[in-house]
Amino acid sequence: MLDEMTNKVSAWLAAEGEESRIVLSSRVRLARNIKSMIYPPYADNETREQIVNFVCSALDKSEGLKHGFFQRSENVSELDREFLIERHLISPEFLRDDSVSGIYIADDERVAIMVNEEDHLRIQAMLSGLALENTLANALKIDDELAKSLDFDYDTDFGYLTSCPTNVGTGLRASVLIHLAGLVLTKRIDSVIERITKLGLVVRGFYGEGTDVWGNLFQISNQTTLGRSEIDIVEALQKMTRQIIEAESEARDELVTQAGNEIADKIWRAFGILQHARVLTSEEVMNLLSAVRLGIALDIIENIPMETVNKLLILSQPAHLQKYVGEELDDSEHDVARASVVREILAGSTT
Amino acid sequence: MLCEDCKKREATVHFKHLINDKEVTMNLCGSCAKRRGFSNPLKPIPFPLSDFLTTMVSGTGPQESREMLDKKCSVCGLTYSKFTKTGRLGCGNCFDAFRQPLMDLLRRIHGSNLHRGKRIGVETSMEPLKEEARLKDELKNAIDREDFERAAQIRDMIKELQSKHEKTETSNAR
Repeated sequence: MLDEMTNKVSAWLAAEGEESRIVLSSRVRLARNIKSMIYPPYADNETREQIVNFVCSALDKSEGLKHGFFQRSENVSELDREFLIERHLISPEFLRDDSVSGIYIADDERVAIMVNEEDHLRIQAMLSGLALENTLANALKIDDELAKSLDFDYDTDFGYLTSCPTNVGTGLRASVLIHLAGLVLTKRIDSVIERITKLGLVVRGFYGEGTDVWGNLFQISNQTTLGRSEIDIVEALQKMTRQIIEAESEARDELVTQAGNEIADKIWRAFGILQHARVLTSEEVMNLLSAVRLGIALDIIENIPMETVNKLLILSQPAHLQKYVGEELDDSEHDVARASVVREILAGSTT
Repeated sequence: MLCEDCKKREATVHFKHLINDKEVTMNLCGSCAKRRGFSNPLKPIPFPLSDFLTTMVSGTGPQESREMLDKKCSVCGLTYSKFTKTGRLGCGNCFDAFRQPLMDLLRRIHGSNLHRGKRIGVETSMEPLKEEARLKDELKNAIDREDFERAAQIRDMIKELQSKHEKTETSNAR
C-alpha cells in the first residue's frame, strides 16, 4: 500500500485552491481519547491492542472513511516510517518503538488518523491552499462519524480530554504550510515571525516542532486549545495568514519592481541547476525549489506546473528517494539519485 | 477586585513573589502592571510547549502540598508527583483526581480553563458558524467603510444567529 503512494502527489499538495501561490496547504488535527482506557504514554500493549481494535471497527462502520487503509505498526518498516513522516502523515515521534499502534490513511491522503500516538486518536485533515474552514469541517465530520461508535473522553468544563494538558479542550491544532520566499529575501521575516508569535501563534519549520526552516517554508499554527471554539481558533489563524500573505505579496512586488533582473536571474539560475545538476543535497534542493516556486508564482517561469515543485519537495526527501529508486542508498548515492530524479521529473513535466 | 495601584480599574494581573520567605501577592490592572514592568505571564510561552510544561507543572507554588503530590488517580494509578515529571496524564479520571491543580495549570497554559468548543454528542454543523464568520467579515468591511447603519444591522444579525445557535445547542444537549 505504502509503496504505491511514492510516485503520487498527495491531494493536499495539488497546488489548488485559494492563495495556492503562497499557501501550500491547510491542516487540522483533533486529539481524542476513548473513555475508561489508559492513555498511550502509560498503556501496556494489551490496552493498546484493544484501542487499535476499537478504532478499526469504528473505521469499518464509517461511511466517510471507506476509501482508505489501516496499517498496523508492525507492518511499517523503518523506511516506511520515515516515508510517512516526509509525507506529513505521521509525527516524527510516532512509531518510534515496538509498541502497538497504527495509522489510517485515506486514499487521497486528505485524511490520516494516528492511533496510539500521544492520544488514542489523532484525526488529521489536510487540503491544498488556504482552506482552513473546509479542513476543519472535514475533521469535525470524521470526529462525528467516529463518535457514533467510539465513546470519547469529555468533561463539561474541560472539553475533550488529552494526555498532554496543552491539547485539552478542543484538541485542535490548525496550521498552514506557507512559502515566504519574499519575506526572507527582503529580510523582513524575523519581524513578521515576531508579530505572529506575539499573537499567540507558533511558527515552525517544514517538518514541525524543532525542525529547520528549509526552502523558506513555514508552518504556522495555534498554540492554545482551550477557551475558544474550534471556528474561532481557525478564524484567528486564517486572519493572521491573510495578513502574512499580504506582507509576502508586497515583498514579492517590491522585489520585482526594484530588483527585477536580479530576481529573474536568481530564479532562472536555480531552475538551470535543478535541470542539470548531477549532485544535490536535500538542503540545496529545497532552496532551489523555493526559488523556482517563487518564479512560477511570479509568472517568470511559465512552463512548469506548481504541482511539480510541490511534488519534488517531498520526492527529494531521503526515504522517498530510496523508495522511488527502489534500492538502498548511502549518503553520497542519495545526492546523486536526488539530482537524477529532479532532472527526470522536471524534464517530464516541462511544457 | 480593584487594582492596588490606581484603585480604579479591575485587577487582572496577580503577581506573587517572595520577600523574606513570605509570599506577597500584588493585584494590578493591566496598565499599572505594565508600568511596574511586570510582563504578561500568559503570553510568551516558548515552544516546544510540552518541554516547558513539566517546569510549569512542577513550579505551581504553595498549593502543591505534599498531600497533592501523593494523590493518586484511582483508575490508572498515576500520582500527581509523577505527572509533574512527565507532563502527561494517564486517563480521563486523572482530570477528576487532580481537578483543582489542573484548573490552575490549564488557565496558565491556555488563558482559560473552560471549554467553549464542540460539545460531545452534538453533531457539528458548520453552517451557522460559517454564516457567522461571513457576517463578521461583512461587519468589519462596513466599519471600514464607515457605514455604521449597515454595521448595526449586521451586528444584530450576528446576535440573533448566536442566540439561535445556543438554543439549538442546549436543546440538543438535553
